[in-house]
Amino acid sequence: MDKSFFDQFLFVILPYLSLFTFFLMTVYRYRAQSFSYSSLSSQFLENEHHFWAVVPFHYGVLVITVGHLVAIFIPRSILLWNSHPLRLYILEISALAFGLLTLIGLVGIVIRRATTTRIRKVTSPTDWILFAMLLALVVSGVAMALLHPWGSSWFASNLTPYLWSIFKLNPDITYVTSMPALVKFHIVLAFLTVGFFPFTRLVHILVIPNPYLWRKPQVVRWYGKKQ
Amino acid sequence: MNVRSQVSMVFHLDKCIGCHTCSVACKNVWTDRKGAEYMWWNNVETKPGTGYPTKWEDQDKYQGGWKKNGNGKLEIKSTGKAKIIPNIFHNPHMPSLDDYYIPWTYDYQNLFNAREGSDQPTAKPISMIDGEEVDVESGPNWDDDLGGSPIYAENDPNLEGLTDQQKLQLSSVERLVFFYLPRICNHCLNPTCVASCPSGALYKRGEDGIVLIDQKKCRAWRSCVSACPYKKTYFNWFTGKSEKCILCFPRLETGQAPACFHSCVGRIRYLGVLLYDADRLEEVAKLPDDELVEAQRSMILDPNDPTVIAAAKKNGITDGVIDSAQHSPVYRFVKEWGIALPPHIEYRTLPMLFYVPPMSPVQASKPEDTIHHESEEFFHDIDSSRVPMQFLANLFGAGHEGVVRYALAKQKAVRWHRRAETVGDIDRETADRMLRAADCTREEADAIYELTALCTFEDRFVIPPMHREQAIEMMKEPHEHRTEAGFGFVGGPRRGL
Repeated sequence: MDKSFFDQFLFVILPYLSLFTFFLMTVYRYRAQSFSYSSLSSQFLENEHHFWAVVPFHYGVLVITVGHLVAIFIPRSILLWNSHPLRLYILEISALAFGLLTLIGLVGIVIRRATTTRIRKVTSPTDWILFAMLLALVVSGVAMALLHPWGSSWFASNLTPYLWSIFKLNPDITYVTSMPALVKFHIVLAFLTVGFFPFTRLVHILVIPNPYLWRKPQVVRWYGKKQ
Repeated sequence: MNVRSQVSMVFHLDKCIGCHTCSVACKNVWTDRKGAEYMWWNNVETKPGTGYPTKWEDQDKYQGGWKKNGNGKLEIKSTGKAKIIPNIFHNPHMPSLDDYYIPWTYDYQNLFNAREGSDQPTAKPISMIDGEEVDVESGPNWDDDLGGSPIYAENDPNLEGLTDQQKLQLSSVERLVFFYLPRICNHCLNPTCVASCPSGALYKRGEDGIVLIDQKKCRAWRSCVSACPYKKTYFNWFTGKSEKCILCFPRLETGQAPACFHSCVGRIRYLGVLLYDADRLEEVAKLPDDELVEAQRSMILDPNDPTVIAAAKKNGITDGVIDSAQHSPVYRFVKEWGIALPPHIEYRTLPMLFYVPPMSPVQASKPEDTIHHESEEFFHDIDSSRVPMQFLANLFGAGHEGVVRYALAKQKAVRWHRRAETVGDIDRETADRMLRAADCTREEADAIYELTALCTFEDRFVIPPMHREQAIEMMKEPHEHRTEAGFGFVGGPRRGL
């Protein structure tokens, strides 16, 4: 196959397909199947190892995701911060640390699910596919942090323009095609995960409880008042 | 005054025979499905006993209910606003399946499919969750009738503060005693489950005070399970949603008593409307333990008082509901007679299910061949009843005996009075003296007797008109929903997508 077409497919067509699916299906699912929006917690069935798997994973993945978003939406802040070598080292090391925390948590989650019969019963094929994708995503991410250092800088300077070119409907893949294979793998897998997102349990991220901290303690509903 | 109406309940423990008919009725109607096998929205416990889930009253373990913090404000004990953010991934006080029990069935297929052999095939118990063989070690009523047992009765959290002698008295051979405690959701005025829900999925219905969980809004953060001190919200492990007693609202809306009420063999259950002043809620919930029972009672308003009626109408409470409140058996037990008490009001949720504390058997001993009653009087002194007053006070009086003593003394006076009236072997004067001492009149005693012993279906269940038709008309286009089952949503609940 033509190499340039292949790149076009992976870095232009696939991202658009994924983003399209993501936006369409999350909204559609929320409207048509709001009952299915749940974290599907398994703490009730197994409460001993739950903490040691779920907590590291979530804290790790939360920090890493926020890091990615900052690099995408305010890349200058990262570049400015990294202008001093010591600060670059601090950022890189903490990113690696949280990446490892995510990996440890995720491995814990997979082992816990695979070894506890009760939880295996509530784990769907979709869950297993998702775990495989996440695992590959996190492993490739951690590997990049080790093999291709200063990712915080080259992400902000080279990949952010690529992502923005996608968002602005004027795709420019010059930067991304020159990236090492590992980075390409990570990007493609990330887009696949985004596209797969609305079909999985990941949708619980979108329903994080935001009004809770501001609302009155007691909730009362009356007839004739829309919720 | 902010008048609201609440469908409230009284369970008359002196009449409960512990037959579990209520539990079975509820199970058959609501929780006989995947993910809910272990749930008993209605369960019956033996007291003293550890209950279901095991030791639910031990709030050092489960951290249910409210607590007052340093500056006098109420705070959710388990995961309040500040604590939910770091704890949302793993709820620190959540009971797991093992705190309830592993629901099981039997491998009946083996009886048909077993290979031919020298042994009879058996149907082994298997888990209803994963189908694995289980060694059945506990169940929802595993402490049934086991008053005096060292595993169950002796671990009852309500034994705190009892003297060794009292504990011994509860469990010694031939003198041990127990009574039953049927439990459903209390549909509290200040529910911790509602307050703790990060998604705002739990709510109290404004018109009747029934506490429900919006299944479409629940995201399985599990806070309500930990926050409810009575452990009456349950996590459905299959659908990933919490569930609880709905007070059979589809039945109430069609004028029928809830399934557990309807089926009660001992006729111990009463249901009716109470009007209360919602403005006083916060103030009352913060009072010291020993004032809580009286204060909650003072929140309940007299439905015959013209100012209350006017305020109720101003709040949109319909004439039918006010009329229903005026005939409420719950109002009479709780407010007029003062003999029905809330369970564990020290959790500060202000439960709206009240219990008439049980009169227990007379203390007796058997030094030789015959049984000797320890009391010379016809009906024994309540202080020497076999269940120590302190034990009942821990359950129904936040540890304080006053309100329990009052309720028991009145019940005892009713017995003296009725004995004098019907049999006549007690002289009238003694009976009247008893009544006066118990703050009771002959008329009141007769009324208590009638509503306790002679009550008909209509006396026990005074169900207000729910006017659900208004709600549906205002919120939905009727034509659009004409194919629906009437409540809920089309398509059964399933897990994930």
